[in-house]
Amino acid sequence: MALLEVVDVRKRFGGLQAVAGVSLDVAADEVVGLIGPNGAGKTTLFHLISGFLPPDGGDVRFGGASTRGLKPHQVCRRGLARTFQIVKPFQALTVLENVRVGALARSGGFRAATRKAREVLALVGLEDRADRPARGLTLADRKRLELARALATEPRLLLLDEVMAGLTPAETERIIDLCRAINARGIAILLIEHVMRAVMALSHRVVVVDQGRVIASGPPAAIANDARVVEAYLGEAYGSGPEDRHVDA
Amino acid sequence: MDATLIAQGLVSGVLFGGVYSLMAVGLTLIFGVMRVVNFAHGDMMVWGMYLAWLLATRLGVDPTLGFTVCAAGLFVLGVLVQRGLVDRIPDAPHEMQILLLLGVGLVLENVALVAFGPDPQRVRSSLGRATLWIGPVFVDMARLAAFAVALTLTGALWLFLRRTDLGRTMRATADNPYGALVVGTDVRRVGATAFGIGAACVGAAGALVSPILPFSPSSGLSASVASFNIVIIGGMGSLPGAFAGGLLVSVAESLGAVFLSPSMKELVSFGLLIVILLFRPAGLFGRRP
Amino acid sequence: MSVGALWLASGTVLALLALPAVLGSYAVTVCIFIFFYGYLGQAWNILGGYGGQLSAGHAAFVGVGAYATTLLSMHWGLSPWIGMLVGATLAAGLGAVIGGLGFRFGLRGFYFVLLTVAFAEVCRIVTLNTDAMGGALGLYITFTGNPWHLQFQDNRVYYYLALGLMLLATGVVALVERSRLGAYLLAIREDEDAAEALGVDTFRYKLGAIVLSAFLTGLGGAFYANYLFSLQPNAVFGIPLSVDIIIRPVVGGAGTLLGPLLGSLILSPLAEVARIYFTRPGWTGLHLVIYGVLLVGVVLFLPQGAYPHLRRAWARWRPGA
Repeated sequence: MALLEVVDVRKRFGGLQAVAGVSLDVAADEVVGLIGPNGAGKTTLFHLISGFLPPDGGDVRFGGASTRGLKPHQVCRRGLARTFQIVKPFQALTVLENVRVGALARSGGFRAATRKAREVLALVGLEDRADRPARGLTLADRKRLELARALATEPRLLLLDEVMAGLTPAETERIIDLCRAINARGIAILLIEHVMRAVMALSHRVVVVDQGRVIASGPPAAIANDARVVEAYLGEAYGSGPEDRHVDA
Repeated sequence: MDATLIAQGLVSGVLFGGVYSLMAVGLTLIFGVMRVVNFAHGDMMVWGMYLAWLLATRLGVDPTLGFTVCAAGLFVLGVLVQRGLVDRIPDAPHEMQILLLLGVGLVLENVALVAFGPDPQRVRSSLGRATLWIGPVFVDMARLAAFAVALTLTGALWLFLRRTDLGRTMRATADNPYGALVVGTDVRRVGATAFGIGAACVGAAGALVSPILPFSPSSGLSASVASFNIVIIGGMGSLPGAFAGGLLVSVAESLGAVFLSPSMKELVSFGLLIVILLFRPAGLFGRRP
Repeated sequence: MSVGALWLASGTVLALLALPAVLGSYAVTVCIFIFFYGYLGQAWNILGGYGGQLSAGHAAFVGVGAYATTLLSMHWGLSPWIGMLVGATLAAGLGAVIGGLGFRFGLRGFYFVLLTVAFAEVCRIVTLNTDAMGGALGLYITFTGNPWHLQFQDNRVYYYLALGLMLLATGVVALVERSRLGAYLLAIREDEDAAEALGVDTFRYKLGAIVLSAFLTGLGGAFYANYLFSLQPNAVFGIPLSVDIIIRPVVGGAGTLLGPLLGSLILSPLAEVARIYFTRPGWTGLHLVIYGVLLVGVVLFLPQGAYPHLRRAWARWRPGA
């Protein structure tokens, strides 16, 4: 039984069927990449999984139990954390205070949560900026902060929404390493990503979505060569250069 | 219950609804174009009323004509508020905008209080107490005039938004502020004009109401509440919604006055606002802000 | 809190305790207003400053507390010392209703502001029209000077009461600041969706904030009733009082511990000056004009309030900082 089971989930907005029956699984130690053209319904899927939107049909099961009707904070408490495509730091709070909010989801007391927050900051490499207000951070650091906050809730599964977007190649490389480290600690990851290098480097499996449907699913190498995927992307599958065609193991 | 009374209530309600609609249209325009909730709306209306009063008592100008001056004056005020105040805090959280306009409203209301005193005033319209009888129901000429002018102004605004370049630009900005910026719209100018027009609407409405109801500086709050009631029912940012809502709320209040005592009327107004807030924040026509 | 700050705080409290010995009766009265409105502002601060939920109807809680305490005392002889707890609980109940409905239906921003104003006005109109509560004339409390009735001959006892209330509220806020409630409220204020995604039950904590805020404010209502001896619906439920409550934390610094106190320190004397020099008939409302201008000014130039700016200026000025 997979950690996350999305079963034939559907969502409609007025005349638009944003998600038209998507099913996918994420096992407890996997990294699954979720790719697809813009408007394919990926972020909507995240909203459905994390409880921000109720599905019109289908079910989402986490840890064997359905999450239907749960509010986002309850989903988080079950062990499913998420980041947002446009990062949402608590601007007026310091980096530490930001992460502490996440840590309070688990840790018993205020002091324990503060300690936990420091640990997480050390893990992501923000410990020397702990007392800076979040609003002054660079984009890369804000992405890191977003990740750290979610991590502090001690999730079993992390939903990452385009966490590499807008980063330089060097910064991207660092985040890829961080994601590897997180996964190595036993946390499953489902990531939406457009930066193909990252998807191919991190994912054990890749799921391709287009117009609200899954059109392909499999190991990264197979997906990269799948005609349907190439067609859906019309060439976008190859990131920023021909060298990305080679898949890193 | 007397059928005549109810019919009377209906007629009076519809006629007064023109003014309500005008008020609401002003508020919804400001919100639609600039995403600004004008908490000082009712207090601006009060100034429309007092300007009309000044014109009538000092210069003998009837409000049915004087509304033009009130509209012009409030237009200037609206532009000043938008350009001088709201524009300075474009990226501030909504709470700041609310406090800003609350402050403006406080200043407007209390300057009026200091200048004119707390006692209720009324403007003597040249139409006096003339009434027109249609069967068992009478039509107050002042109300009829107010209705006619309000309707004309709303119609003119509608044409402005539909037919003129500036009007179209305003609608475009309301629909997609970012897109408007991208195509080179002077959003600040459009915003100031929108606020100006919105204030002008409510200033004119104030002038038109001045011979019909007694008013004082504290009338601002109930005017604001009425405006919010209408706009929330009709949909924030929707002009037809504001128009329809104005008639609806006015008729409801008018019928309410037939069945309830005057003090309860205010209570119903606020009670209605609470219910509307809880159950219909998206309104009949509009979008969720 | 640093050792230096602790010394400063203790010193200030001691100084405040000793102050009545050197001040004249009028100065004591001004201090009472500073402390009392600082107290109300601090109570509001929990919901509005830390929680970020603007309430423009907090007068409702003052009114409920004031009327409950007074009616219980008048009709059942219940001592206001106990009555104030009843009043505060009733105010908290009203807060639960407003919050329960408002937050349940997802009202935020200006919708929530409107809701609070609507509730306050409903309370005002109902009280105005209910003869059992004194109607438009209001309630008048006979002065007995009996401590059991929460009345004192000596102004200075009111001074200590008001000071005590202010310290109580400040203490509560200080505790909140260092607790899960505080951290969660700030998160909710900054970004409610992000907070939800991090496991914060935003409904529960917002509700908690409004109930706590309302309880404390209701407690203040009892003081109000037994210090001013007259309750009138328009005064005690009206918007001017709500403005009086909000303006101090906003000017002083909403969401900070000392903001409401600083704001009260600046504004209460200002209001008194306006009252003294401009109480000709027809000039009523001038202090509200000043409030309005200040509100606009603060939003434009000092959006975080006076306190954070002073703190930064102080930090820059201090050598070796």
